[in-house]
Amino acid sequence: MLNYFNPGNTIKIISKLQKFVFALFIAVLILGLAEALILSPEDYKQSDSVRIMYVHVPAAWISLGIFTVISILSFGILIFKNKNFSLITKSLAPSGFVFNIIALVTGSIWGKPTWGTWWAWDARITSMLLLAIFYLMFMMSWKIVDKENVAIKLSSYIAIFGLINIPIIKFSVDWWSTLHQPSSVNVLKETTIHTSMLVPLGIMTAAFALFSLLIFLMKYNTELLKIKNKGLDRL
Amino acid sequence: MISEILNMNGYGAYVLSSFLFTLVSFGILYSVIKIQLNKELKIFETKFNNLEIEKAEIAKKQKTYREILAITSASKI
Repeated sequence: MLNYFNPGNTIKIISKLQKFVFALFIAVLILGLAEALILSPEDYKQSDSVRIMYVHVPAAWISLGIFTVISILSFGILIFKNKNFSLITKSLAPSGFVFNIIALVTGSIWGKPTWGTWWAWDARITSMLLLAIFYLMFMMSWKIVDKENVAIKLSSYIAIFGLINIPIIKFSVDWWSTLHQPSSVNVLKETTIHTSMLVPLGIMTAAFALFSLLIFLMKYNTELLKIKNKGLDRL
Repeated sequence: MISEILNMNGYGAYVLSSFLFTLVSFGILYSVIKIQLNKELKIFETKFNNLEIEKAEIAKKQKTYREILAITSASKI
């Protein structure tokens, strides 16, 4: 797959796929919104406030997933000196950061009716805030540092260092006593969420994943064009 | 019926503001990336149109440049 995302193929892929991904995203999002806001049932404890879960949880999952991929690819950048990996990580970061902010803000909004406060310095919330700071530092390293090689190394070290925070976020609700509830959806353990809520959650996650794919493709294309524009000067 | 849906047992303001924030964030991110992409395409068009004929021919021989040309108006010139 990574070979497919080489500079020679990407522009062709994007021009072919961008409209398709966008149309698919809109269709899945409309279906997801209908399920999340109208068709899914209210929770017996949290009533309709549970609907915030359909934007909060997918945003958190995707921001965590994107940062994990960025960190793993950063190892590849440092070990294999693969510049295409740095192009991929740079293109993934904006959507990961925005999803991180969405998770924090919607979590805060959900916190008010559920816990009676907009914010608490609890382990899960604080570690998610820390993730946003890592995303910011990663993106700022490209803006602040002029020398490309230094920016690549610095951003890679930030991403690798930030990887330590990922298991802390995941297990914070198990390791510490937190306001945040434990995970309801589990891969290894039993999922404690009813199918009527799991389906809209899955659809919204698919919509969010399609959006991050769309942004990634557009951003990757932009970064590629920047390189090619510099190349035109050298002809 | 509609007011019931919007009210959501008193949680409407929380739920709808969460969804609205998400959709606005999507819109802003999409617009920013689209503007950046269009800006780079415009730079490419300008630079390519100002190239000398021989250099333009060299660029056209490269696959990536051919693909960029296929999606910009520079290819029509």
